[in-house]
Amino acid sequence: MASSISELNFEESNRKKRRKTGDEPRDPNTGPETRWRSETEQRIYSTKLFEALRQVRRNSSPPGKVSGGHQVREAADRVLAVSAKGRTRWSRAILTSRLGMRLGGGNKHKKAKVGKVTGSSRLKRPANKRHLPAVQMKARVLSRLVPGCRKVSFPNLLEEASDYIVALEMQVRAMTALTELLTGAPVDRLGSSPGSSL
Amino acid sequence: MSSRRSRQSGASRITDDQIIELVSKLRQLVPEIRNRRSDKVPASKVLQETCNYIRSLHREVDDLSERLSQLLATIDADSAEASIIRSLITQ
Repeated sequence: MASSISELNFEESNRKKRRKTGDEPRDPNTGPETRWRSETEQRIYSTKLFEALRQVRRNSSPPGKVSGGHQVREAADRVLAVSAKGRTRWSRAILTSRLGMRLGGGNKHKKAKVGKVTGSSRLKRPANKRHLPAVQMKARVLSRLVPGCRKVSFPNLLEEASDYIVALEMQVRAMTALTELLTGAPVDRLGSSPGSSL
Repeated sequence: MSSRRSRQSGASRITDDQIIELVSKLRQLVPEIRNRRSDKVPASKVLQETCNYIRSLHREVDDLSERLSQLLATIDADSAEASIIRSLITQ
C-alpha cells in the first residue's frame, strides 16, 4: 500500500511538472484524462467506494433493500465526484445536489435540479427561441446528461463532457473490478478479471 | 460548422477553433467515432454519439450498481471479509 501512495505522489508531481508534453502548445486536458485513466486513481476510487458502500449497508441494515441498486449508484456517483476534487462543474453539481437532497428533500431553487444525476427530468423551458441547428439541439441534450451543465457555454460543456466521460469510464472499470472481486468470476462487460476468488 | 461567436452568453470570444478542438477531443473519447475517418464526422454526429455513449455508460453503472447491491447484501460487510476485500482492492 505504501507503493501506491508514493506512486500517487510521483504521478501528481509529474503531472504538475510536465505541463506540455505533446507537440501542441495548449493541451491542458491531457492531465485530467490521464489521471482518470491511471490505475492509482482507480484503486483509490475502488477503496473509497467500498468504504462508502459498507457505510450504506450499515445505515440501511433493515431488509428493505428496495432501492439497493439506487443507493449503490448514488454512493458511486458521490465518490466519483469527490475523486474529481472539485475541479469540474459536474462533480461539484453532484455533490451539491446530494447535499440539497439530504437537507431539504429536493428544494428546487433557481437551478431546478431534481437530485438525480441521470438527467431524466424533462423540463420544457423555452430556452432559445432562435432556430435550432442540429448541433445546438444535441448540445442541449448533452447538457442534460452531464450533471450541472445546463447553462454553461458550449466549449465548457464539451470540456465537462469529455472529463465526465473519462470519469464514467473509470467508474465502470472500478465497479466492474469490484464486482469481479466479489463474485470471483469475470464479468462480461469490460473484461479484465483480476483472477482472485473468494 | 455555424459560427456561434456572438451567441454565447457571458463568455469571452469563443473561437471556432476552440470548439473544433474540443469536438475532436470528444471524438477521441467516444469509441463509436474513434475509428471513423475524422474529416467525415460532422459535429452533430459527434454530439449525438457522445450523448449515446454517456447514456450507455450510465446504464452500465446502473447495472453494476444493482449487481453490487445484491453482492454486498450477502457479504454483510462488518466482518473480516471486508478487510480481505479491501486488501484485495488495494493490491
